[in-house]
Amino acid sequence: MSTILFAVIMLGAIGVIFGLVLTFASKKFHVDVDERVEKVRACVAGANCGACGFPGCDGFAAAVVEGKAPVNGCKPAGADGAAKIAAIMGQEVSDEERMVARVLCQGMKGVAKERYVYDGYKSCATAAGIAGGPKDCRFACIGLGDCMDHCAFGAISMKDGIASIDEDKCAACGACVEHCPRGAIKLLPISQSVIVRCRNSDIARVARAVCSDACIGCKRCMKECQYEAITVENGFARIDPAKCTRCGACAAVCPCNAITNANPVPVEPVMQ
Amino acid sequence: MKATFHGGVHPAHSSKHATSSLPVRDFVSDTVQLVMNMNIGAPSAPCVKKGDHVLMGQVIGEPVGPLGVPVHASVSGEVVSVEPLPYLGEVPPMCVTIRNDFQDEWVELNPLGSVEKVDPALIIPAIKAAGITGMGGASFPTHVKLSLRPDQKCDYIIANGAECETHLTCDHRLMLEHSVRVVDGLRAAMRALNVKEGIIAIEDNKPDAIEAMTAAAKDRTGVRVQVLKTKYPQGGEKQLIEAVTGRQVPSGGLPIQCGCVVLNVATCAAIADAVIDGRPLVTRLCTVTGHVRQPANLRLRIGTITNDIIGECGGYEDEPGKIFFGGAMTGLCLPNDTMPTSKSTGGIVVFSKAEARSMEEGPCIRCGKCSEVCPMGLNPYMIKAAADADDLEKAKKLNVMDCTVCGSCSFICPARRWLTASFKIAKSNIMQQAKKAKEAAAK
Repeated sequence: MSTILFAVIMLGAIGVIFGLVLTFASKKFHVDVDERVEKVRACVAGANCGACGFPGCDGFAAAVVEGKAPVNGCKPAGADGAAKIAAIMGQEVSDEERMVARVLCQGMKGVAKERYVYDGYKSCATAAGIAGGPKDCRFACIGLGDCMDHCAFGAISMKDGIASIDEDKCAACGACVEHCPRGAIKLLPISQSVIVRCRNSDIARVARAVCSDACIGCKRCMKECQYEAITVENGFARIDPAKCTRCGACAAVCPCNAITNANPVPVEPVMQ
Repeated sequence: MKATFHGGVHPAHSSKHATSSLPVRDFVSDTVQLVMNMNIGAPSAPCVKKGDHVLMGQVIGEPVGPLGVPVHASVSGEVVSVEPLPYLGEVPPMCVTIRNDFQDEWVELNPLGSVEKVDPALIIPAIKAAGITGMGGASFPTHVKLSLRPDQKCDYIIANGAECETHLTCDHRLMLEHSVRVVDGLRAAMRALNVKEGIIAIEDNKPDAIEAMTAAAKDRTGVRVQVLKTKYPQGGEKQLIEAVTGRQVPSGGLPIQCGCVVLNVATCAAIADAVIDGRPLVTRLCTVTGHVRQPANLRLRIGTITNDIIGECGGYEDEPGKIFFGGAMTGLCLPNDTMPTSKSTGGIVVFSKAEARSMEEGPCIRCGKCSEVCPMGLNPYMIKAAADADDLEKAKKLNVMDCTVCGSCSFICPARRWLTASFKIAKSNIMQQAKKAKEAAAK
């Protein structure tokens, strides 16, 4: 009995001594941390994706408080996160629209012509360096998943040989844009739903020979557009998002299905 | 004593049996397509236009930049097109296509005569004018390799006749059929650099070549034959130097830093042609083997289309799975059979569908075989982990830049990990990063 008592007293005494030492140490060596850093840290997405350009979420939170990073610098946190951080910092947040990554290629199996069957190391960057890539089109999504491997949010999957992005999960961190050897992924405002899903700027004959969904620069969309939002330069259509009303008339007439109306937002055409 | 290096593997040498006893025969096709980026460095600039009549050996591509080499017409005839065409790299290089008139009219040549009597100062310019690049596969311009800075000293020139790659036998046949030319070329290089010792290194699986080269080297100043153990990658520049001289090339360094220059035996023969006859590099020996009906050793005009070569060898045995330029270990896989050969194409190997199938990658079991066989003394399994995690800094610390991409680790790995492939990517990523950093620093 006395042995147990002795042990309990001893351990208790050691605990008290250590507790006192720790209390003293924490007072003596106290580092003042701006409490806003903690609060900002709680509002960011916490994926440590690095898209803000700072070393992880902690680095970003510290930078925001120091005024080195913008309050809406954490793209994954979205508008809500930015608003919360702005509130903590006592700033206004600019009403920037949410961005999403979109794949500007529809060259899936059977659509884009294949140059050869690639059976090597599963990396787009490697395949792109071998005889110009496995697809004949030099702008095409190679479909081996370099973007998927670098997506911290699991938003990208490979379907029929091209990348497909789940826009709900996409946090617009830009990792996929950076790692696509073809530059086939772009960050676009989510409302810009009518887009040319092709980047082929070759002449019509060449473009058509390599992919049946390639933009051939036929200008039908340009003629169809009532709002003069479309220009065709270098054999390739461009839509001006400022003028586009998302009516989708161009997508309906495109002979190659190169223009798509991703998530049709009913926008009333502003007749002038 | 048979010399060798540490590490290495033994891929099936039986792959050479199909062609090792076949004498070289000529094959000339009706068109050749000469790509302008046959050398490391900037591609040459085409200096002919469509419709021009060119003579054999005429310069059709002017050298560009410090590593530039000229490209010569390998047949006489009419230039059909000068345009960028898809080739093995990412960007289609300029190609000059010539329709052969089968006259083989040579341009005026400038022979310098016997290699023992020629003015040594004329040798390197002759090599440059002949457009010679390393014919073992790396395509490094030979005149650059032989142009030493004043502070560099060369003790040995090694003629590389190891031919450790699987399937290939063209260097073997060259040493048998043109032994004297190889020795002449080696002597020319030795005289150009004033080197006292020239060594012809041959693996012991080619006893007839050893005999022929020993006979050819007899009575020649400073030339001897060194027999090597048969092991892959015995013909790798750094491995060869270690085996022959016992010296090691410093990490990230060049052979000249340990006083050696290594030339492939085919390069030596090309040097002899350039000096003795003044002939530019327009033909080369090439082994065509694997799943073709009649495997052969051919003397090809540079720029011959693969399809024509396969036709000459009786066509495919069955539907081809993969076609390589080079051997099975380091060869480059072709996207299709319309690609032309280049100055460094020593072999065309055809794999059947069954042989070509890729293996599923398994998890690393830490058996350490890759570290055992790595001829550069690296730890491939550790580098692979770093490369897979995109941790380039760690890969660099593990000396991935010293990897010679020989493929020994991938060959031996029981889990069939894609080791070499990921090192190749890691190396190119590191180089790109360095380039970007340099550009940023320049700004």
